[in-house]
Amino acid sequence: MKFQYPLDIKNILRKKNSLKKDLLQNNNLIEKNIAILGGSTTSEIKNILELFLLDSGIKPNFYESEYNKFYEDSLFENSLLESFKPEIIYIHTTNLNILECPNLNDNNEEIEALLKNEKERFRSIWDSLSKYNCSIIQNNFDLTVERYLGNLDCYDIHGKTYFISKLNQYFSDCARDINNLFINDINYLSAYLGLKNWFDESLWYQAKYALSMEAIPELAFNISKIINAIFGNTKKCLILDLDNTCWGGVIGDDGLDGIHIGNETAISETYTAFQKYLKLLHKRGVTLAVCSKNDFKNAKEGFTHPDSVLRFDDFTVFKANWSNKNQNIIDIASELNIGLNALVFIDDNPFERNLVSSQLPEVIVPNVGSDVIDFINHIDKNGFFEPITIEKDDINRSKYYEDNKKRASDEATFISYEDFLISLKMTAEIQSFNPIYLERITQLTNKTNQFNLTTKRYAISEIEHISKNKNYIKIYGKLSDKHGDNGIVAVTIGNLRKGKCHIDLWLMSCRVLKRDFENAMLDELIKQSKEKGISVIIGYYFKSEKNNMVSELYKNFGFKLVESNSAKSIWELDIKNYKNKNKVIRVTNE
Amino acid sequence: MNREEIFTNVQSIFRDIFDEEGLVISDTTNADDIIEWDSLNHINLVSSIEKEFLIKFALGELATMKNVGSMIDLMVKKIHIKEN
Repeated sequence: MKFQYPLDIKNILRKKNSLKKDLLQNNNLIEKNIAILGGSTTSEIKNILELFLLDSGIKPNFYESEYNKFYEDSLFENSLLESFKPEIIYIHTTNLNILECPNLNDNNEEIEALLKNEKERFRSIWDSLSKYNCSIIQNNFDLTVERYLGNLDCYDIHGKTYFISKLNQYFSDCARDINNLFINDINYLSAYLGLKNWFDESLWYQAKYALSMEAIPELAFNISKIINAIFGNTKKCLILDLDNTCWGGVIGDDGLDGIHIGNETAISETYTAFQKYLKLLHKRGVTLAVCSKNDFKNAKEGFTHPDSVLRFDDFTVFKANWSNKNQNIIDIASELNIGLNALVFIDDNPFERNLVSSQLPEVIVPNVGSDVIDFINHIDKNGFFEPITIEKDDINRSKYYEDNKKRASDEATFISYEDFLISLKMTAEIQSFNPIYLERITQLTNKTNQFNLTTKRYAISEIEHISKNKNYIKIYGKLSDKHGDNGIVAVTIGNLRKGKCHIDLWLMSCRVLKRDFENAMLDELIKQSKEKGISVIIGYYFKSEKNNMVSELYKNFGFKLVESNSAKSIWELDIKNYKNKNKVIRVTNE
Repeated sequence: MNREEIFTNVQSIFRDIFDEEGLVISDTTNADDIIEWDSLNHINLVSSIEKEFLIKFALGELATMKNVGSMIDLMVKKIHIKEN
């Protein structure tokens, strides 16, 4: 999907012709006949709506009424429209099409008569158009910018604002009653954009557009969401990351007590608000799933937090493991038995978003940024889950998927992960401790829990001591990629005794998991060991509540198991014939 | 921004709006020279120019613009006022 909230209005308006050419390259477009009956100029609305529909796989054929002929086209014999066979009729009317608003000297009955007159006019349009047996999308009314009665305008019976609100109420009532009548809520849209941005007097007088140029893409985007919903072209499942997406912090490191959720702080409240929104989506039939790099146990525990709005049971599929997210998302789709194009993936981490959108282009991956405050808008304003009705069916759909959940036994193969890593253009600096980094290194030893082989904690004085002591190999790793600099993310400390290097500490920050960075760290450790005449490396794994993910690290590196029990394991590697493992990160040690 | 820079920038807007990559305009170019230059595209053109240069044309000004040259002259004045 090329076009997503927030829309690049200037670019869309100016480049619409070349954008359209690009979109027409798609060979899988489905043709639909869409009639636009306007109460004002609709030319640019049609052009921009076409872009959004093409972007969602619909190639529209348009019928466009002559200027302000929406009423005539609807009510009277119209062979052109009949032969066009519309599948959607969009009626673009605004407050400028209201025939008569109340006069100051009108009494209550006269105003009621005006109201009735206007209601019946629109009702007759919808009734007449029912002969086409197609869906009708009808604008409700925007408020007028000027209020000749000031604030009184919204509650005096002579007020325009009051009159328009009454009409809108009527439109809503009718849309509930009449099958196939859908409201395009420009009353909301114009308020959202601000009436002063919505209406451009100059454009009205020059070209009879009832809204500003800047508002046209927003209007067209909104219409395209309704059209997609009518054709059943909406998303089914929202896949969520956990750490810094569903709650603040990293549950594996910070623990259940350390994550931000609840109402204690501003940051906790924002995550709570996001969870509340997700809960509402879930209740109306949107399937929720989790895709998180976490130990399953830790991840599940997060939803037992007393302030968590969402519960483990709200998720139909729950993938918390250390596999790549694209692989997990393929599994989620197959367990739910829906297509990849029915999925929306929300993750605060640009690396994960890039991985998923590059490997699975059908999955919608909104560019949500890293601030949870923005996440709701990226779901809400994009209308991914736009409903046209609320049916019992919808409400039960999540249940349906749960019942039909089936485990796919064969994992879809992923061939190009190494290529993907290369495409990240990672560069690393791996060096012996440097005085300016000692504080950061100390901090990492005290807060890293998951990728931490010994969970040994150090005081700054100990780190200072080690940094000066020749009997230690002490290296830190900094990692950058095309998304930016991650800073210092890995630390390894080896104690040299009797010709062997004993690894006292090996840790890495969770944000660079699965980047093969540990290979580059091992290469450097072994290089320095050889320089010091060391021939054997001894690795220790001390089991903790959080570090299960690295229980096999040394095994995967090719170390031999020396001894093990339930609390720890000890590993050994003869480095004489060691060949460097890192193939994807450029190490620059200047 | 001098007149030449404005002119180049306006030409690129013309190319986008009229969807013709090689379109070359001159001071004397007017609506008769470009088939697609109808009243609706004129609005799109003016709107894109306003957004690009962050200026606004008044209603009467638009009516008096005979050709590209007079439009750019007007823009030079507006941009000059804005920059000072």
